[in-house]
Amino acid sequence: MATGLRGIEDSIVYGIARPTGGHRAVNFRLNAPFVQMYGIVKRFPGVVACDHVDFDVRRGELHALLGENGAGKSTLMRILYGLYQAEEGRILRDGAEVEIHSPTDAIRQGIGMIHQHFMLVDTLTVTENVALGLKSSREPLLDLDRVEVGIRELSEAYGLQIDPRAPVWTLSVGERQRVEIMKALYRGANMLILDEPTAVLTPQEVEELFVTLGYMKENGYSLVLISHKLQEILAISDRITVLREGRLVGTVPTEEMSREELARMMVGRDVLLERSRDDEIDVGEVRLRLDDVRARDVTGQPALQGVSLSVQAGEILGVAGISGNGQRELAEVIAGLRPMSGGSVELDGTPITDWTTARRTELGLAYIPEERMHDGVVRDFAVSENLVLQEHTSEPFSNGIFLAFDYIAQFSRQLIQDFYIRTPDIRTMTRNLSGGNIQRLILARELSRRPKVLVAAQPTRGIDIGAIEYIYQQLLEQRDTGMATLLISEDLDELLALCDRIAVIYEGMIMDILDRNETTAEELGLLMAGVGLQKQ
Amino acid sequence: MVDELLTVSTLIGILHSCVRLATPYLFAALGETFGQRSGVLNLGVDGIMLMGAFFAFYVVFEGHSLWVGVLAAIVIGVLMGLLKAFVSVTMQSLQGISGIGLYLFGLGLSSLLFKTLIGSVEGVSGFRQLPIPLLSEIPGIGHILFNHNALVYLAYLMVPVSWFVINRTTLGLKIRAVGHNPEAADTLGVSVSGVRYTTLMIGGALAAVGGASLSIGLQNVFQENMTNGLGFIAVALVYFGSWRTVGVLGGALLFSLVNALQLWVQALDIPVPSEIAVMMPYIMTIVVLAFTARQIQKPAALARSYERGE
Ligand SMILES: Nc1ncnc2c1ncn2[C@@H]1O[C@H](COP(=O)(O)OP(=O)(O)OP(=O)(O)O)[C@@H](O)[C@H]1O
Ligand SMILES: [Mg+2]
Repeated sequence: MATGLRGIEDSIVYGIARPTGGHRAVNFRLNAPFVQMYGIVKRFPGVVACDHVDFDVRRGELHALLGENGAGKSTLMRILYGLYQAEEGRILRDGAEVEIHSPTDAIRQGIGMIHQHFMLVDTLTVTENVALGLKSSREPLLDLDRVEVGIRELSEAYGLQIDPRAPVWTLSVGERQRVEIMKALYRGANMLILDEPTAVLTPQEVEELFVTLGYMKENGYSLVLISHKLQEILAISDRITVLREGRLVGTVPTEEMSREELARMMVGRDVLLERSRDDEIDVGEVRLRLDDVRARDVTGQPALQGVSLSVQAGEILGVAGISGNGQRELAEVIAGLRPMSGGSVELDGTPITDWTTARRTELGLAYIPEERMHDGVVRDFAVSENLVLQEHTSEPFSNGIFLAFDYIAQFSRQLIQDFYIRTPDIRTMTRNLSGGNIQRLILARELSRRPKVLVAAQPTRGIDIGAIEYIYQQLLEQRDTGMATLLISEDLDELLALCDRIAVIYEGMIMDILDRNETTAEELGLLMAGVGLQKQ
Repeated sequence: MVDELLTVSTLIGILHSCVRLATPYLFAALGETFGQRSGVLNLGVDGIMLMGAFFAFYVVFEGHSLWVGVLAAIVIGVLMGLLKAFVSVTMQSLQGISGIGLYLFGLGLSSLLFKTLIGSVEGVSGFRQLPIPLLSEIPGIGHILFNHNALVYLAYLMVPVSWFVINRTTLGLKIRAVGHNPEAADTLGVSVSGVRYTTLMIGGALAAVGGASLSIGLQNVFQENMTNGLGFIAVALVYFGSWRTVGVLGGALLFSLVNALQLWVQALDIPVPSEIAVMMPYIMTIVVLAFTARQIQKPAALARSYERGE
């Protein structure tokens, strides 16, 4: 028996069969709790990330975990996976108390986890990543051929398409996620924790993921899904647990909840979920103009093939498109992070085609990158240092030689308060902030400079609904005071709610630019798929 | 004078020396490759080589057999590797600095032991030529490749062995993963420290045998600082070979070819200032390193200590 089926003996004991082989045994004890956590407490310097939290997952259940940024969702799950140790509390598996001190312990208990940031070794192949850390059937030699067979079987059974021989660095984000799921399945997990799996996926990939999760549920897997997207949670979960500031708000059956009720549970007040925008826009002169811009992607292939557009003061121009159609390159070209192979860019009437990023920033350009962990912050800097990253050399942050620490501290505290950045202290290392709070930090830094032009790529990805409401408010407010915004997003609802005009990008070309009052999600969807004529 | 270098017998002689002379740093560089592939830079190789050279020599000098000498070198090499691992994996000190410390420690201790235990420069009879039957009789090639002592053969045997361990075993997979993304390896239950301890011990053993190949294989004496910085060349060879065993082999051969030329130039009394001749291999190392800045396969976590994010 291949190691790929190692988990099977285990599974059979609990009556779980994989869907291969035509028939499946469905006599597992559905609804019996698989994992229970009681009174979990975890403190970090300055915060109680989990404060006596109870949580349980049943067999064959998809349990959603919901809460604001920094509520403690990732921390709670990292405790279950053995990456953090709880200070107090008990963990039970199948009713018996277990000790989980490391991921190895968790894997042994049948618990797998897909992290918010992927844990893959780029230089290795898919198969090698799956085989890593497992006992081989030919110890001490590798048995990659057998692992590969196991991967192919599982990928067929659960609809997970991946090429076992591809090196991970060649894979898209969606494919990497499938590798992560494969790693857990191959290890014979009975339970899978997914920390914001959908934040990085295209709508198409989200659907595929949900199909896979559906198969898994049918086969008795316990699933925990962390997400900020209420519709998703309502659509596929069985129960929902809400956390707020490290404390349990409650666990409820999904069918009893609506979006409004969930939002209220999460934030503790009513949240404006829909925005109507009938206000008249008052546009000024052109702030950002791109003329026939061309650029290549990292592999040297043409990624932008003659993009022309302009954004006026007081306007939000959306860029809709399925990821990988040149959005990333578009943002980088404007920010000055990627050389152009043709065309020109004008900022506020000044040609800036050959300017460095620093000079563009000085002239009033702000940029919120898509890869916030890599491009947006220096992870090993303190929160306050990241907040003044661009401006630290100029008044009033410094006199040219020395930093004005008192001023920086005061300034940072103000931003932390204004943007609700949840951090114990201004000196906390940025890497220790929760995912959503890092995003808030970047937004705070960029918007606080009152930029003339803002380029924002997926600014609300991974952010809770309370914060999204606040960010929308900020973007609209700054728009009203004359900021020109280019908003790149895959979320059509977001684009329709915020933008005045929407440009659709497909294979590095602008298909059309539409007025938001005269278009629909359907029309945009078709254009995003490349259907329709290109505007001359 | 160039003619003298170009006679067939001289050429054969030069190539034979080239193969022979590569032995010590081939051992050491292969050992260093293990460490670096797992993310640990060990600059103390030279110190380990000196310790290995001394202990192997001392054991043989005291009348034990040559293989017991090699065994002694392995033991001391593993201990030195453990020391390095303790300082830079467990104590997480800066890898570069702790390596220099290890080098100075090995240099000082081997000299001190030499002065107290032996005192003056003495010779031993080391490993003898072991011509491989039949193969060594092939004209030219036979002498160049198959007329060496056992340690030389062992060094070359270690090239495929190292390749195999790194690319075809579960340990090798762990080594590659830990050197590239220790966090990912950790979440799969791979012990990052365990792997790094292992590679440093392997590296220590190989470096020490490299040292022994000098004192009981090639030169058959022990002198203070007899490696003359060969350990540092070994570290450079790993970069040169882009962390691949074949690349390391190529680098070692190139370096020793220049070295052999240099020796023969001196032996044949060709009027090149001997200082320049001696410098040639080192100059070449610098030049080559300057041109191999493309760090294709560089382990992403090289020289970074790992701590679980808590
Ligand atoms: N390693 C750490 N060191 C210090 N503080 C930490 C660490 N990990 C998390 N925290 C803090 O614990 C709190 C909870 O963080 P956690 O990552 O669990 O939030 P989350 O609910 O997952 O939020 P998000 O939706 O933004 O991902 C935050 O205040 C965070 O700053
Ligand atoms: Mg999180």
